[in-house]
Amino acid sequence: MNKVFIITGTRKGLGKQLAEYYLSKGHKVVGCSRGEASINHVDYSHHSMDVSDEEAVIQLVRKTKKLHGRIDVLLNNAGIASMNHITITPGKTARRIFDTNFMGTFLFSREVAKIMMRQKHGRIVNYTTVATPLRLEGEAIYAASKAAIENFTQVAARELGQFGITVNAIGPTPVKTDLIKNVPADKLESLLNRQAIHRYGEFKDVLNVINFFINDESDFVTGQIIYLGGVVG
Amino acid sequence: MDRQEILKIVLEAVSEVGEDEDKDILQNPDESTRLYGGANGNLDSMGVVFLVTELEESLSEKLGIDLTLADDRAMSQRNSPFKSVKTITDYIMMLLKEKQENS
Ligand SMILES: NC(=O)c1ccc[n+]([C@@H]2O[C@H](COP(=O)([O-])OP(=O)(O)OC[C@H]3O[C@@H](n4cnc5c(N)ncnc54)[C@H](OP(=O)(O)O)[C@@H]3O)[C@@H](O)[C@H]2O)c1
Repeated sequence: MNKVFIITGTRKGLGKQLAEYYLSKGHKVVGCSRGEASINHVDYSHHSMDVSDEEAVIQLVRKTKKLHGRIDVLLNNAGIASMNHITITPGKTARRIFDTNFMGTFLFSREVAKIMMRQKHGRIVNYTTVATPLRLEGEAIYAASKAAIENFTQVAARELGQFGITVNAIGPTPVKTDLIKNVPADKLESLLNRQAIHRYGEFKDVLNVINFFINDESDFVTGQIIYLGGVVG
Repeated sequence: MDRQEILKIVLEAVSEVGEDEDKDILQNPDESTRLYGGANGNLDSMGVVFLVTELEESLSEKLGIDLTLADDRAMSQRNSPFKSVKTITDYIMMLLKEKQENS
């Protein structure tokens, strides 16, 4: 059966690849990013908006419900990172990271959950990072914003479990996208060395975990955080 | 926006939740029907959550109004806007007025 997906951050990177993958499987995808759409497909609609804009999130979710009649899967993929020592991190940057990563995840989850609760079915997948369990130096704000997402995921799983909604999170290792293009190579190398399996993550690794979480058979799997590469939380 | 129209939507939503929760008193509500809080409240906190989602959807579908009824006082025993049919109708009217003033 084809499903209705909302995927945030679909202009590029993992979000774009995921949207294209699910479209190729015959599903409907509603995506968003601050920039214009980079996907052209009959079953794709794009909203140019910031995930921390509450009004815009409400509009997107309601329009999706009107257009497709339901929402099966929410992938809270949009995210930004910034590497810096805490002593030289501007307050404005910290706020922007929390707004995008945490507030975006919260607002989309809140609005979509209301619809999923009435359907008595739904899958929400949030995004964390191995930087959080590894307490990576230089990523304090990014890791903290993802730690907030992890805790939110676990509480949301409890609040929404009785309605047939599962809420889980994937924690990728470095995957070669624009997100990490400014991270120095030696930093990435030393991070890979802290993993159980010392290689970059790939799109297929992320996809595999997401497919597991959103599978119909995974209705007893919720509040879980799966890190790639053998990193342990 | 006409208060009567909003009241009608609130009454329908309360009765819908009353049916789901199998509570007679909520199935035939009037303006004085008690909802959340106090000794004679008819809704528990999950009931408020259901009512909010029901109301937001009806307001959007029937009147084309997109509101979020989230409120920090929702679960307050004393000042919750979800105390009764009357308070929730007044609360929606207030949000609508605010929205109009901001646009
Ligand atoms: N790549 C990695 O190594 C890695 C590792 C661990 C976790 N992750 C997580 O994986 C997710 C995807 O990352 P990625 O590697 O694909 O990053 P990316 O290539 O930088 O893509 C980020 C996407 O999010 C959108 N976006 C950013 N800020 C937004 C905002 N405020 N509102 C709406 N859309 C916004 C961007 O589009 P616009 O610029 O048009 O807004 C873009 O489509 C993120 O949550 C990230 O934290 C990635």
